[in-house]
Amino acid sequence: MSTTITPSNLKSTITDSKLAPASPLSEFWQETSALTRRLFIQLQRRPSTLIAGIIQPLMWLILFGALFQNAPQGLFGSDVSYGQFLGAGVIVFTAFGGALNAGLPVMFDREFGFLNRLLVAPLASRYSIVLASAIFITVMSLIQTTAIIAMGAALGSGLPNLPGLFLVGAIVLLLVVAVTALSLGLAFSLTGHIELIAVIFVTNLPLLFASTALVPLSFMPTWLQWVATLNPLSYAIEPIRYVYLHSDWSLSSIVLQAPWGSVSLGSALLVLLGFAAVALLSIQPRLRKAFA
Amino acid sequence: MAPAVTIEKLQKRYGSVEAVKDVSLQIEPGEIFGLLGPNGAGKTTTLRCLCTLTEPDAGKIIVSEISVLEDPRSARQHLGYVAQEVAIDKVLTGRELLQLQAALYHLPKPLAQERINLVIQRLGLESYIDKKSGTYSGGIRKRLDLAAGLLHQPDVLVLDEPTVGLDIESRVAVWNFLRQIRDEGTTVLLTSHYLEEVDALADRVAIIDQGVVIAAGTPSELKDQVGGDRITLRIREFSPLDEAERAKQLLESLPTVQEVIINNAQGNSLNLVVQPQSDALMTVQQALQAAGLPTFGIAQSRPSLDDVYLAATGRTLLDAEIAAAGSRDEKTERKKSMR
Repeated sequence: MSTTITPSNLKSTITDSKLAPASPLSEFWQETSALTRRLFIQLQRRPSTLIAGIIQPLMWLILFGALFQNAPQGLFGSDVSYGQFLGAGVIVFTAFGGALNAGLPVMFDREFGFLNRLLVAPLASRYSIVLASAIFITVMSLIQTTAIIAMGAALGSGLPNLPGLFLVGAIVLLLVVAVTALSLGLAFSLTGHIELIAVIFVTNLPLLFASTALVPLSFMPTWLQWVATLNPLSYAIEPIRYVYLHSDWSLSSIVLQAPWGSVSLGSALLVLLGFAAVALLSIQPRLRKAFA
Repeated sequence: MAPAVTIEKLQKRYGSVEAVKDVSLQIEPGEIFGLLGPNGAGKTTTLRCLCTLTEPDAGKIIVSEISVLEDPRSARQHLGYVAQEVAIDKVLTGRELLQLQAALYHLPKPLAQERINLVIQRLGLESYIDKKSGTYSGGIRKRLDLAAGLLHQPDVLVLDEPTVGLDIESRVAVWNFLRQIRDEGTTVLLTSHYLEEVDALADRVAIIDQGVVIAAGTPSELKDQVGGDRITLRIREFSPLDEAERAKQLLESLPTVQEVIINNAQGNSLNLVVQPQSDALMTVQQALQAAGLPTFGIAQSRPSLDDVYLAATGRTLLDAEIAAAGSRDEKTERKKSMR
């Protein structure tokens, strides 16, 4: 290693004046895009997360599809194969799992002190840190969703019509925003990544099995039907499933027959919107404290 | 000229631990100011309060005439912070980290480009900058971190233990660099628990112990205040204790000798405090000769910063380090460092 540090004058070669103030919004965008860029550089150099994130749903489609191959005819609806039924569950679950992990990189940044680098900088708003993570996870989820839809189509589950595809995208987006917010909130509340991983671990699979991802409500005992219809994931799964199976869908289509009544596509979307709003609001106090 | 940094009556506690009890400092523009103290003395907490990472319980902090507590965002613009543990993203190249840093300080693209090239050249990073920073040695990482801290040309560069864990070459390189930027007008505030670092580098020093500033001034002022010269005497390379004690009694009776301490850790050598600028060295040698005691080694010196610390706290910096190491607990440390 060389020890010479070139002696040239730091101040003389560049304009010494403090920078002309840009608008807060353009500053916010500058820092957000730089932080987002960092996450994408990481992804590009370490693509294993994305590769695993595409292989895993593929294995689900194939393995779970095989597991329930001999299920009684008509269980999933008339003329519906399990593969067709399962696609929506895999889409939602993959997006959910990805978003649930959103807090991990932030937690590592906290633990390794990289977050301090961001917090000593005169950021226009520290919400740029949160927004950058959200943008990154959303893009990841949309890539995964596209891959699952394509694989599902290749495996014979068909495709929703074009507006249906947009609806699938919108539902994934709402769910990812909500869950990413919760995960980021946890990343600023828990003491370390071990704790965060533990929370992710106990949340992930129970929410999967207590939803309509793998089996229809009619297959479940009544108490589980109640749990599954209180699980926000079911409100993402059922509309997607519906637009997969019905090209004539509308907002008033009934997508879920809960033990306490029927749920239309429109009201399922409202439930998701509410879930996202509650998630975003609930992390505010914690973020404000962390960013004070 | 207004001070670069003013800290007044700073206080911060973590649970039952009073990390900072009463710290007041005034740092002049264009000087290197050293904060010396053992681990756990409150140095890092003081810096974290200054750099807006930690909110103090009480006190006032002014940087470039901006109140850090009232307007933290403006204050950040004037501060550069180089943490003790180099926090770089191993996957990014050095250049990518600097580009991120430039965006966080909202430098416009062309200016960012120019500044990045400048700091790369200044810190001799040319051959490393486009490699992933995970491949860097400790010294290169530190240089990259310094480069990042200087990118926005802060008025005050704050460094927490800048040379811990560095090899001697890198250490000297960092010292020289800090002197250069000081000469160009940047105010430098650094913490250290290395006596020689503060002695070699700092224009002014504050010694901090258990959250309180116990002495402040130029290194030479502080040493003068302690008074007396120091003589280190070794009768033999390893003296038996009874012989050392006999010598101690003998030397204590000399008028120029103020105090004699037997240092068990150094083969029962004798540490003497003597009247400054006296002929004590000769007197001591003559007395030993007359008593028939040999001399393995003898040296006279002015007091060191450690003597200043010893005089103020009754223990050496090394003893304080050892005591502090035993009392640190993981939970409090994590609470202090994580956000």
